This record gives sequence, structure tokens and C-alpha cells, in this order.
Amino acid sequence: MAMPQPDERILERAPQIVTALRGVLPEDAVIDDPQETLAYECDALTAYRCAPLAVVLPRTTAEVAEAMRVCGVMGVPVVPRGAGTSLAGGALPTADCVVIGTARLNQVLEIDTDNRFIRVQTGVTNLSVSEVLEPHGFFYAPDPSSQLACTIAGNIAMNSGGAHCLKYGVTTNNLMGATVVLTTGEIVELGGAELASSGLDLLGLLCGSEGQLGIVTEAFLRILPRPEGARPMLIGFDSPEVAGECVARIIRSGVLPVAIEYMDEPCLRAVEDFAQAGYPKCAAVLIVEVEGSPDEIADQIARIRAIADELEPVEFRESRNADDALAIWKGRKSAFGAMGRLGDYICLDGTVPVGQLPHTLRRIGELSKQHGLEVANVFHAGDGNMHPLILFNANEPGQLERAEAFGADILRLCVEVGGCLTGEHGVGVEKRDLMDVQYDAPDLAMQMEVKDVFDPTWILNPAKVFPLQASAAHRLKAVQ
Amino acid sequence: MTSETISRTTNTPKTEAELAEIVAGHFAGCQPLRTMGGGTRVQADHIAGDTLTTRAMSGVVTYEPGEMTLIARAGTPLWEIEAMLVSEGQALAFEPPDLRGVLGSDGTPTIGGMVAANASGPRGIMAGACRDHLLGVRFVDGQGRVLKNGGRVMKNVTGLDLSKLLCGSFGTLGILTEVAMKTLPHAQARGTLAIRGVDDAEALRTFTTALATPFEISGAAFHDGTAWLRIEGLPPQLAYRQKRLQELFGAYEITFLDAEATVTLWRDLRDVAHFAGTDTPLWRVPVKPSDAPALTASLRALGGQTSLDWGGGLIWYCGPGEASAVRDIAPHAMLVRRGGVEGSAFPRQSAAVERLSQELRRKFDPAGILNPGLMGG
Ligand SMILES: Cc1cc2nc3c(=O)[nH]c(=O)nc-3n(C[C@H](O)[C@H](O)[C@H](O)COP(=O)(O)OP(=O)(O)OC[C@H]3O[C@@H](n4cnc5c(N)ncnc54)[C@H](O)[C@@H]3O)c2cc1C
Ligand SMILES: Cc1cc2nc3c(=O)[nH]c(=O)nc-3n(C[C@H](O)[C@H](O)[C@H](O)COP(=O)(O)OP(=O)(O)OC[C@H]3O[C@@H](n4cnc5c(N)ncnc54)[C@H](O)[C@@H]3O)c2cc1C
Repeated sequence: MAMPQPDERILERAPQIVTALRGVLPEDAVIDDPQETLAYECDALTAYRCAPLAVVLPRTTAEVAEAMRVCGVMGVPVVPRGAGTSLAGGALPTADCVVIGTARLNQVLEIDTDNRFIRVQTGVTNLSVSEVLEPHGFFYAPDPSSQLACTIAGNIAMNSGGAHCLKYGVTTNNLMGATVVLTTGEIVELGGAELASSGLDLLGLLCGSEGQLGIVTEAFLRILPRPEGARPMLIGFDSPEVAGECVARIIRSGVLPVAIEYMDEPCLRAVEDFAQAGYPKCAAVLIVEVEGSPDEIADQIARIRAIADELEPVEFRESRNADDALAIWKGRKSAFGAMGRLGDYICLDGTVPVGQLPHTLRRIGELSKQHGLEVANVFHAGDGNMHPLILFNANEPGQLERAEAFGADILRLCVEVGGCLTGEHGVGVEKRDLMDVQYDAPDLAMQMEVKDVFDPTWILNPAKVFPLQASAAHRLKAVQ
Repeated sequence: MTSETISRTTNTPKTEAELAEIVAGHFAGCQPLRTMGGGTRVQADHIAGDTLTTRAMSGVVTYEPGEMTLIARAGTPLWEIEAMLVSEGQALAFEPPDLRGVLGSDGTPTIGGMVAANASGPRGIMAGACRDHLLGVRFVDGQGRVLKNGGRVMKNVTGLDLSKLLCGSFGTLGILTEVAMKTLPHAQARGTLAIRGVDDAEALRTFTTALATPFEISGAAFHDGTAWLRIEGLPPQLAYRQKRLQELFGAYEITFLDAEATVTLWRDLRDVAHFAGTDTPLWRVPVKPSDAPALTASLRALGGQTSLDWGGGLIWYCGPGEASAVRDIAPHAMLVRRGGVEGSAFPRQSAAVERLSQELRRKFDPAGILNPGLMGG
């Protein structure tokens, strides 16, 4: 993956830049010791690494604004960073950039259950938001699998979703307001405690913008009362097509599960070896979870069972208590770890229309043979968000490139069947050069013009999201 | 000169290409265009230029109930969409209102106009607004470029989300030609608890209590001494939730409305039917719910009446108050029915947001030909 050459003129001025940052920030907020900046050299896309020129860890919005103003005036690229769990290289630094991290912006500012929101600094982790809400009987719905580590800042920047987004939506559906620092250092408030605002939906534009428009320092998040209970069921099928059909029939039936997860046969094998979850040996397993009171849950399970029975499942296992539930989720939760044991893998993130799932799975199988690399599938089936895991051996020269080529073919396939390149992990650097598969040149040009409005000199996370060639002219403005 | 005497050309393109050509022509000549769908919105007479309506660009492109997705051309009448969804047991979950009664207009609301207005009704409290169900758009910008953004899948974070920008932009950034929406299963059972003899403050307390329960209240509105709570779901869910809520509000006088009464009641609440049929100015005010009782009292002190929706998160104010007085009390107030009130229908934004919005507008519409004067532009 190509990244632009670091700007020599910035590298030469590194000491002045650090001094200028120290001039406006507390002593411990600026890190330039190469030993320490190394910790910021990559996000969870670890194949690409580069330590930044410096790292800034502010504690307040005002400090972010000061840091941003310095970088803006001195023409230094800024890479915003939350916890660095992005899988698309969105938080990957360049040698000539300053990383502005939200790690110390970790205060919960206000819990307002009467008006059903929580206001936080964006460096708080996703899980801790739900944890502080628990005693109040509320929760925050978006729950990415990385929730233990990932921050609200990263969630907003990536518009992250989780297993429960079939019912509750993704970040954009649960975000009511945000405080944003623009590249000039100006602080802007978008939305707030009201459920709606008029005027252009700048908040909607910001969400999922991958650190292209501004640095998000605070947020109003919508919170929901906790359901009375939840129970999963496991349904095994001996054909991927029939499993896909089951997903569509459940959705059409009027029952709205909170999650429908799908695991294919290679994934099931790996999971069994690793976690001994006791899953059936079959071509595909669905885990479907429903919520409500005990009676409501029983009724929904019965409805889903009736739908599944018509399709003659290999197994239908419903959880009757917390232990059963844990056992059903155990394999799914350990899937990524299980695959990791088999070797290196890259985790893709395309979305396809649910009806195209069987065809897409079949084609991925064919592509796997063609590229000579194994692939396993585990994903959120209710909304067609696929996560093919391509296995390869990083120590064998050329294998990473082969895995990437295979991955690109899969993502092209997703677009071809009416889907998109990324459902939740973002474009970052990983899918940047595939953007023209999904968008024509004018579509991309319009998006880049929108970035121009917020970041006229392209100092915020440049060289991400947009194909390098297409964005070259915009990025040049930073240099001039 | 009154608006009736301005002679306008009406453009009614049948295809996207034709529409793009018309816009490109107006761009070249810097001639303004007043864009509309079904034209159920009145009070647009102050917008200069020829009219362009998407009315003739009609029809559903695809509807996949099993995928919960619908793609339709912008001019498709909303009733046509709704009838089609009902036949598959589905619906647009955000309940787009029909404001013809309130606005005293005729014409047919279109799906493009719905998206352009981010038109959203009572269920927004649970299901979100139109923008939360919009998957993608095709549109023609102010230079006549045909552009697209988003797609037809539930989850999509590929690039910047321009669809959200277009949604609620009232035709100032581009003219929508096609929209992709998420549909949802229609609840199989529904009912409403009517809590009678309460005032704003008590209504708000019942809302706050009800909305902190896990019973998925799908409507919480108040007018004329009655607070309503709508519950929906599978039949056993409905029965259970009704019982639990009745226990919770045992101290009040409660009646339970059945499915049929529920449908009629919430259609009327959605369309603000209680404030239809007059000329009095009508304002729509999003608020922090706990502020609602004090705000409604201040608004009523200007004369007129109020009602609440969204569990107190939305105030409707129908009264003769001066625009400046209304906005002093409620800075987010939007003027839906003019009734002689002058000035912008849209609330003022912070200086920074206003600047960003105007710059965005110039990117999409460099010649300033799309609905000039609307939304402060
Ligand atoms: C094991 C694992 C499981 C995962 N599961 C999921 C999942 O289920 N669903 C899902 O959606 N994602 C998932 N992810 C991806 C990732 O966790 C999410 O994208 C997450 O939201 C990133 O948060 P972060 O705090 O780590 O952000 P980072 O990785 O630090 O940054 C992500 C992006 O946000 C930008 N950014 C960071 N902070 C700011 C800020 N303050 N203002 C503006 N931009 C900013 C960065 O520049 C970068 O582009 C997973 C990742 C891993 C490793
Ligand atoms: C001042 C005002 C505020 C309103 N606010 C709300 C609100 O907040 N929520 C709500 O639910 N309803 C609102 N409405 C009602 C709303 O306008 C209608 O529900 C809906 O837009 C009717 O559709 P239509 O096809 O008749 O649109 P029209 O009346 O033809 O147009 C409505 C708006 O959308 C634009 N428009 C129409 N078609 C397109 C298109 N294809 N591409 C781009 N732009 C297009 C028009 O330029 C116009 O600004 C408001 C009405 C007015 C007059």
C-alpha cells in the first residue's frame, strides 16, 4: 500500500513544531520520544506501521483546539486517534504527522435518564459507557466486538456497529450531538439534547467521516432502557443457501431479533478446535437472539422455531438459562481468536444485500480456490455485513500480497451484487484505492469537495479514504 | 406584485438525464429553480425562478421485502409506496406526516419530498427519523452533475455520508432523483393507553416514566388534557406491555384504545390534525423533553395552543406570537405554517454552523440556483 512520501520540510521543522505544541499544552501532553511514539505506529491493521513525528494527548476540548491550531498554522498533518482498534488503517500515522489522541479525554460529563442521553468526552471506551449506565437501568446500543478497548471517538469516526445493530442501528442512529474541533482550532457544537435539529445534517455527515472533517471531543449519546431479558438460539443447516433463506424468512415474519449471526463450515471447524463450543458439524450455523420478558421471549423463539422447522435444520438449540446462552455465544465470541490460531488472517468487511448472501458465499468459495488461500466466514447476517477471514502465512514472501488481492476481489464482488466496500470497519488506507469500484469519479470529487469545506488545506488524516491519485490535487494545497 | 402574477415555466422532466439537462441549462445561465415534488408545501412563492418538479419521475425501481429495502424514483407518490409496503406487511417506520390538512395545500406528497424534508412523525421517538432509514440517494447537483451516494444495504460506511446531508436539505443541495429506503415489518398488534385529565407537567412525568421502561413505547403525545402512549409488537407482547403499563399508571384515569382507534389517533397526531383548518401560524419546536412544560407555558402566554409529541421532545405551537418572541422562547422553532409571519421558516444556527452550511451549499450549487433564499441561503 502506497503512502505519500513524508514532507521533508515538515521533518526538518520537527523541533520547532514540538516546541510550539509544548508552548500551548501542559508539559505531559506532548510526546516526541521515539521510544514512546512507537506505541502509536499503527492501529489494528498491523501490516502497516510508521511512527509519527509527535503525539499529543489533551485532556480538554480547549487543549485539542490549541494543538489543532498550532498544526494548522504550521501546516502539519494531523491523525486523530482513539484506541487504535481500527482495522482499516484509519489511525495509521505518517512520519511527518502529529497524532492527536483522545485517550485522556475520558470523562463522563452528564447522565440524564429523564431526557435519555449521556454526554461524554469521546475518549471513553464504548463498554464503559454502558457500564456507567447499568445502575440506572439504561444502556448505549452500538456494541462493536472491540467495545472493551475502542472509544466513542473511534465509533463516531467509523460509524461503528455491533451484533445488536439489526434492531438498534449503528452509531449514527444513536448520536444526538457532538463537539468538534475544526482544523482552524474553531470549536463547533452540532446537535445536542434535542431529538432533532433543522438545517443541514452536519452531524450525520461527521459520523463515519473517518477523521476527515474535524476532531470529535464530546458527544451526546442516545440511551435506551435495558430489555428485561435476552436469549439466543442456535440453528444449524447443512446448506448455506438454506441458512440464508432462513434469515430472510425470519425478517419477513415480523419478528425482529436483536442479532442474527452466521458462521460457515471452515469457521465452525476452527471454532470447535479452539473453544469446544459443542456446535453441530454442518455447513452453516445461525445464532439468533431475541429480547423481552420471559413470555415474550418464549413466544418469539416458538415463532422462529416454526420458521426454521420448515427448512429442516440439522439442529435447533434454544437456551433455557444463562449457562445455555453463554454456551451458544461462546463459539461466536471466540471466532476471531480461533482463526488467529490457524495463522495470519485479514478480516474483510463488505456488505451485500441479504438476498445475495448465498450467491456471494458460493463465489467467495470459488475465489478461494482460484487464489489458493483458505477463507472462513463469520458475520452479521441480518444486515448482510460479511467478514470473510482470509488465512495466509505472513512469513512466506508474497502471501500477504496474494491475500490482499483475494480480499480486493471479494470486495469487488460485494459491490457487483449491489453491496458496498465496508459496512463498519471503514475505508482507511485499506480500501482507499478500491473506492472507484463503488463510486464514479464525480461522486468521489463531490465527497472531496465536502472535505475541502471543513479542511481546506487537507491536513486532517490526508491520504486516507480517497484514492491517492484522485486526492492528489487537494492534498497539494497543504504543501503550497 | 403578488406571487400569482409572476409567470413561471414549469419543468416536468420524465428522466434523470432530462432533469440534469434542465439544471445544467439553468446553471449555465445562472437562472434560479424552484424545486418541488408534489408541491404539497405551500408558501414557496417567494422563491425565485422557474419551477422544476420531479412529479413525472415516478415508480418503484426495486422492492425486496426479505431484505427490507426499497428503491423508488423521487416523484413516486407516498401513498403508492405505503400501499405497496402494507401488502407485504411492512412500513416506513418513521411515519412521514401528511401536512396537507395543516398547510391547506393539495397535490400529492412524494417520496423525494419526504426525504428532502426529512419528514418524520411520532414513531421517531423509537425508530428514528427519515434520515435514519435512508440508505442511499441519486441526485442532480446545481451544475447538472448526476451523482450518487450510499447504496441499498443496511450497513455502509464507504466514504462520506452525503445522503444524510441531502436528507432535510429541502432541495437546496441537489434534486433527488432516486432514493433507497430501509423498510421494517409492520407491527402485528397495536394499542394505546390514554391517560386523561393531566396537564403538560404531568404528561411529561408519565412520558419519562414510560420511556424508561423496556416496553418500547412507539408514541408518546399530549394534547388537550390527554396523554397517549402507543405500544406495538407481536400480540403477546402487546398484552404484556399493556398490563405492565396499566399497573405503572394505576393512579390515573386510563382508557385503552384498540388497534383501529390507535391507527386513526396516531394518524391524526402525525398530521397535527388538531391544528389543521385554520390560518394561525404553526411552529414545530424540538426541545429537551424536561424543558417542555416551561416552554409550552411561555408559548401559550403569547396566545394560542400547544401540543406535545416525542415524549415531550417536540412541541407544536399554534398561535399568533411574533416570530421574534417565539424564537426568544424557543430558538430551535421552525415555522411550518406561515399565517402571515414574515422571515425565514428555519431557525438561526450558530455562526460556525451557518458558515459551514453555506460553504457546503456553494460546493453543491456554485451558481446558487437551487431554491435561492430558502434555508437562509
Ligand atoms: C477485534 C476487533 C473487533 C472489531 N469489531 C468491530 C465491530 O464489531 N464493529 C465495528 O464497527 N468495528 C469493529 N472493529 C473496528 C474498530 O474497533 C472500530 O472501528 C472502532 O470504532 C475504532 O475505535 P478506536 O477508538 O479504536 O479508533 P481508532 O482506531 O483509534 O481510530 C479509528 C478512526 O477514527 C479516527 N478518529 C479517532 N479519534 C477521532 C476523533 N476524536 N475525531 C475524529 N476522528 C477520530 C481515526 O483517525 C481513524 O480514522 C473491531 C476491531 C477489532 C480489532
Ligand atoms: C416550512 C416547512 C417546513 C416543513 N418541515 C417539515 C418537517 O420538519 N418535518 C416534516 O415531516 N414535514 C415538514 N414539512 C412538510 C413537508 O414539506 C412535506 O411533508 C413533504 O415534503 C411533502 O412532499 P412533496 O413531494 O409535496 O414536497 P414539496 O412540497 O414539493 O417539497 C418539499 C421540499 O422538498 C424539496 N423537494 C421536493 N422534491 C425534491 C426532490 N426530488 N429533490 C430535492 N428536493 C425536493 C422542495 O424543494 C421543498 O423544499 C414542512 C413544510 C414546510 C412548508
